[in-house]
Amino acid sequence: MIELKHLGKTYRTADQEIVALDDINLTIHDGEIFGIIGLSGAGKSTLVRCINLLEVPTSGEVLVDGKSLTALSRSELLKLRQSIGMIFQGFNLLEQRTVLRNVCFPLEIAGVRKQDAKKRARELLDLVGLSDRENSYPSQLSGGQKQRVAIARALATNPKYILCDEATSALDPNTTRAILDLLRKINEELGVTIVVITHEMKVVDHICDRVAVIDRSHIAEEGKVSDVFTNPRSEIARNLIFPRERTVLETQGGKRLRLSFDGQTTCGPHIAEMVLACQAPVSILMANTKELDGVIYGYTIIELPTDVHQADKIVAWLKNSGISFSEVE
Amino acid sequence: MHFSDIFMKLWNAGLIQKGIWETIYMTVISTVISYVLGLPLGVILNVTGRDGLHPVSWLNRILGLVVNFFRSIPFIVLMVSMLPVAKFVVGSSLGNNAMIVMLVIAATPYIARLVESSLQEINSGVIEAAQAIGCSNFQIVTKVLIPEAKPSLITGGIISMVTILGYSAMAATIGGTGLGQIAIVYGHQRSKPDVTWVCVLLLVIIVQIIQAVGSAIVHRTDKRIRQ
Ligand SMILES: Nc1ncnc2c1ncn2[C@@H]1O[C@H](COP(=O)(O)OP(=O)(O)OP(=O)(O)O)[C@@H](O)[C@H]1O
Ligand SMILES: [Mg+2]
Repeated sequence: MIELKHLGKTYRTADQEIVALDDINLTIHDGEIFGIIGLSGAGKSTLVRCINLLEVPTSGEVLVDGKSLTALSRSELLKLRQSIGMIFQGFNLLEQRTVLRNVCFPLEIAGVRKQDAKKRARELLDLVGLSDRENSYPSQLSGGQKQRVAIARALATNPKYILCDEATSALDPNTTRAILDLLRKINEELGVTIVVITHEMKVVDHICDRVAVIDRSHIAEEGKVSDVFTNPRSEIARNLIFPRERTVLETQGGKRLRLSFDGQTTCGPHIAEMVLACQAPVSILMANTKELDGVIYGYTIIELPTDVHQADKIVAWLKNSGISFSEVE
Repeated sequence: MHFSDIFMKLWNAGLIQKGIWETIYMTVISTVISYVLGLPLGVILNVTGRDGLHPVSWLNRILGLVVNFFRSIPFIVLMVSMLPVAKFVVGSSLGNNAMIVMLVIAATPYIARLVESSLQEINSGVIEAAQAIGCSNFQIVTKVLIPEAKPSLITGGIISMVTILGYSAMAATIGGTGLGQIAIVYGHQRSKPDVTWVCVLLLVIIVQIIQAVGSAIVHRTDKRIRQ
């Protein structure tokens, strides 16, 4: 279990103080894939670097399995880092070492015998699907392959945790999916707890169990991915989940309703059914929905007919249907 | 083409061949010693620097000052002023070994700066990855910085060797040996331009060989080049 308690980080530069993290409280449970999402500059990298103390927090505590990291001696800290793997957006492989020797590197540091290290590294390369490239150098690999090597390297010392800082941000959508699937497999098969930092909702969507949304150094909200998706309480979460919301809408003067699909609603032609049932036309001003496991999340903004009678009929139908809605100002 | 009598005498007596050998000897030995001293100095400069692994600003500043001090003195002036040091170290202010002392004093600070900048080129992400793995700073230096910078370090070594070769010829003016001495004593002082030109040609050939061999080694070493 990783616990962050009242974590704060302030960078002091010559002429100013930059608060990168402010009173962060998070608990990451064993076995889960935990997402941390936020916009650029929100403090995500700083946060994840505090977890293995690459960045020393200026206040608060980081507890890994109950041990406070700031209380550890330097050598204890180095030892503990061997149980926390890390992968990066830029892969950060040793360019002058072969793939095999890159994966052996953490084992070398941990003092594992060369032969045993090689054996373990080969197993891991097999797991990530690169056993045929052990003698290649990083410059001879594609981005996706480099990230696979980095994942194998992160797993070498059998870590309990893996931290991923924008691990897929440099990859194309297909490769991103493949790498995310690999992480999920590692989580399921090896029981490794994974912390995923990203600015992309689709990454959280794809693999995370729980998510925290970080906005300008603060945790804006936190919860199960399905809950946060259904019912984003913070402005920032709404923006991240539905990035193209516009508030300026052209209308004919009718009442406008915002229909929220909150996961109770299963897929189906709801609007069409409504129009047919009420025999009244509506215009769809805006729709932003997504489907997750046959359930819809998101919202649609409709404009009701100017005829009050027809409009009432639609409102009555909606009340009956279980779709939640509210009037848009 | 006709060579002067002096040239023929020098050649037949094997003095020019001896000059080639002395030049190569001084250059190689000085480069090796300077590199052995300059490498750790460069590492310390890099590690203790503001963005280094372990910033120690006072140490960095003092070392930086000393290095800059020696680097800002023209070699010819440095040579003259360091004669007593050479005498102290090797017991004489003349001859090859005294020249090697002088060359090492001049080249070490230069190599330290080259090493420092080679290490600076290493992507900070790679260092971060090594830290995340649990490397100590010493392990980062020996297993990440130096191996990753190897091609660039070798390139720096080659550049230094060529520079030292030039210095070694200059050292002839205060009692050094080698091709530089032959060019000055026979070519210049006895006005035999053919001797001078042969020495120049030989120096150019030696530089070309160093450069070619060096580039081949760098190409072999650098795994970032797709093969
Ligand atoms: N070493 C540093 N010195 C000073 N300020 C820093 C330092 N590192 C980060 N910051 C500042 O802290 C804030 C958070 O940075 P951080 O790198 O954590 O953002 P991020 O969420 O990871 O952004 P991105 O998505 O662009 O990677 C930013 O305002 C940044 O400028
Ligand atoms: Mg970042």
